[in-house]
Amino acid sequence: MQSSVNKERQATAAPASPATPPPAIELKGISKAFGPVQANKDITISVAKGAIHGIVGENGAGKSTLMSILYGFYKADTGEVWIDGKLTAIPDSQAAIRAGIGMVHQHFKLVENFTVLENVVLGAEDGPRLTPSLSKARKSLTQLAKEYELDVDPDALIQDLSVGHQQRVEILKALYRKAEILILDEPTGVLTPAEADHLFRILRNLKNEGKTILVITHKLREIMDVTDSVSVMRRGEMKGTIPTSTTSPEDLAERMVGRKVLLKVDKTPANPADNVLEIQNLEVIDSAGVRRLKGIDLNIRAGEILGIAGVSGNGQSELMEVLGGYSNATGSVKLNGQELDLTGKHSDGQSRRHRGIAHVPEDRHREGLILEFSAWENTAFGYHNEPEYNGKILMDNAAIHQTCAEHMEQFDVRPPNPSLHARNFSGGNQQKIVLAREISRNPDLLLIGQPTRGVDVGAIEFIHQQIIALRDQGKAILLVSVELEEILSLSDRIAVMFDGQVMGERLPESTNEKELGLLMAGMDTSGNGGAI
Amino acid sequence: MEKLPKWADVILIPLINLVLAFLVSGLVILAIGKDPIVAITTMFDGAFGSTTGLGYTLYYATNFMFTGLAVAVAFHARIFNIGGEGQALLGGLGVALVCLAIDWPHWLVALPAAAIGGAVFGAAWAFIPAYLQAKRGSHIVITTIMFNFIAAALIGYLLVEVLKVPGSMDPASSNFPAGAHLPTFNEIFAVFGLNIFKHAPANVSFFVALICAFLFWVLMWHTRLGFAMRAFGQGERGAEYAGISPLKITVIAMMISGGLAGMMAINNVMGESERLILNATEGAGFIGIAVALMGRSHPVGVILASILFGFLYQGGGELSLWEGIPRDLVIVIQGLVILFTGALDGMIRRPLENLFLVLRKPTQNGAV
Repeated sequence: MQSSVNKERQATAAPASPATPPPAIELKGISKAFGPVQANKDITISVAKGAIHGIVGENGAGKSTLMSILYGFYKADTGEVWIDGKLTAIPDSQAAIRAGIGMVHQHFKLVENFTVLENVVLGAEDGPRLTPSLSKARKSLTQLAKEYELDVDPDALIQDLSVGHQQRVEILKALYRKAEILILDEPTGVLTPAEADHLFRILRNLKNEGKTILVITHKLREIMDVTDSVSVMRRGEMKGTIPTSTTSPEDLAERMVGRKVLLKVDKTPANPADNVLEIQNLEVIDSAGVRRLKGIDLNIRAGEILGIAGVSGNGQSELMEVLGGYSNATGSVKLNGQELDLTGKHSDGQSRRHRGIAHVPEDRHREGLILEFSAWENTAFGYHNEPEYNGKILMDNAAIHQTCAEHMEQFDVRPPNPSLHARNFSGGNQQKIVLAREISRNPDLLLIGQPTRGVDVGAIEFIHQQIIALRDQGKAILLVSVELEEILSLSDRIAVMFDGQVMGERLPESTNEKELGLLMAGMDTSGNGGAI
Repeated sequence: MEKLPKWADVILIPLINLVLAFLVSGLVILAIGKDPIVAITTMFDGAFGSTTGLGYTLYYATNFMFTGLAVAVAFHARIFNIGGEGQALLGGLGVALVCLAIDWPHWLVALPAAAIGGAVFGAAWAFIPAYLQAKRGSHIVITTIMFNFIAAALIGYLLVEVLKVPGSMDPASSNFPAGAHLPTFNEIFAVFGLNIFKHAPANVSFFVALICAFLFWVLMWHTRLGFAMRAFGQGERGAEYAGISPLKITVIAMMISGGLAGMMAINNVMGESERLILNATEGAGFIGIAVALMGRSHPVGVILASILFGFLYQGGGELSLWEGIPRDLVIVIQGLVILFTGALDGMIRRPLENLFLVLRKPTQNGAV
């Protein structure tokens, strides 16, 4: 450990002395503006060869922009890129690949109905005939699989692979193109803890072979686990590079936000009362005939937060859709002892709202908000038929405007301008607009999906406090999140979903990420059943 | 922050597009050996030079306002209604049936009845593709195009076999009763002792179109229905979240759209020909698409774009009449305007955005 720290110290001292090899990547004075927004301001950073280097920062801090410049998606306004001690122009991603840079995007760029082999070869074919390229790639894949624990069946279709395996294909693609530098953008966003551990092993293997790895993430724990050094970005500026061993998650969070941040959520023990929501044997079959929910049984009591953990795509979204009123289902759902319609006219979003269910959806941009509407119009979104927003024929736009202004004040939305389009607010402020709208209706049950996805650290704190405050008012809350940390710190009770089923329930104080991770991967951890 | 100031978005960009379209048109006119300057003066003279010319321009503009608003309503719900032509043809049938039904005592009674007749027929014609899209997933662009052909064939059949005056060789209905005659601009201004808009077909329908534009604005931005339609237009997921029924909104938006297109018939059928003839719409349903695109689906934009296309129709007609420039070339010019204002909007937008960024930078730095 100590040696790697020393190595890092040398490497970060730019320019490198003649005795040491030049850094793998050196960015000098990179600036990039998008209109009036300065995404990158005079960024200088140097990464030693054979290091795993983390880049952390809040949403909009400019991490992705910086990486896009390095990978040739954007052209920097000013500044230089040096690769292996050579000034390199990277006008497009082809040039980046030629310079030995490979990128694993957050959203994989794979052709779903191609095999692994075909995806690896795609764009790197040797000639018009495919067969020689494919057999060459097959040989090289076997080699790479052995070297780095990167085993994937070369003949499997991408659509049949798990997300973790798909990610390996992305890494293989980069390695097949002779990448010496690998950039990973939020690599663990969709992985179970076990899959993430495997990924980290792969990364360490790559590092041992002399590859240089850049990891962009907002998960501080991963930075601590896997990187040798870490750079912190804030508002487009580089706030310094430090050896990982000399920092802590708290320290990094403070550097990211620029002030002390409460990473732990402050909350008192729950005081649950009667059942608000009772779900029995809930089944959902989608339009393709696939069973998405396979008999869910859950209950939530007043004054309680039930957290649903799980890798995304295991039925959490479907559960939220049924409860939020836009998906048909069979089974029984009772709210305050009264059955909810699961099909037909009274199973839509408006009926749900009338029954006292508020919903902060997982996908804020496509569901929770209309980005092209102004903030005040979004305040009425979903409630546009409510009497207080309507006259006899016309809508009472002034009243909606007024309500929006009030919400903005209560939830500290910035800028507090109801006429601004939702698109022009930051992620955190957009989420506050949605949350204010839903909470202000005084619901009995709040459905909240990925409450802090794409939300800056400062706003996360505020949003968590609001959720807990709502619980303390005696409301029932169903929380779905792919962030285990968030589930563990917010929930009073945790249910883990896998493949459309509830794998088990645990109490946050008597479980840990490892156990939840196993449940999330579909493994029963014990014979003792649920924690309740 | 928006990339462009609002005035640049709604005024400058269409204006630049228009200038570009005319420049290219000028080159085309040069290429066939005519003088573009003479051509444009002839067009302006023909369309705005006399009250008669203006009367024609506004008559065409009225048609385009109805069909433009029709397309714009559907646009807001992100439905591409290509069927304005067919809906307007059917609207003509509705208007004709109402006008011929009784001996109308006065146009003030006949007009609302005919307008409703046209709207109902247009809406009914739009309902079928809307329902097919919402319930069966048939693509509305395809179905509305096909419904244009069906409408033309249906009207043709009815005019030849059913509505034709016995003994006449002309596939047209009999003339509407005198009580269904709408006052033309000439007759309206005669009240004030003015003899202007002579022989021009512009009539009171123009004002009905303006009222429709106003009601359009109220509907879209001041009612629940308009809110739901616009929300649905921004994405089906969001609509589902909000509990807005896609079926309901698709059908309602299309029926309003078809109704507006059908109402166009009070202008061309009731106001101008005063009987139902073959191809009464003269392509106005298609021009409505360009009008809605250029007018950014906003009623004020639709009105302005309608007048522009009215000018192109009327001025273009004059061009072929006086300058020996073939009619086909006039259609080329109209096509260029549609191409530049509708399809090539992005071509000018990006450079303009960058230009504004450069212009804006000094003030930004000053503020920081």
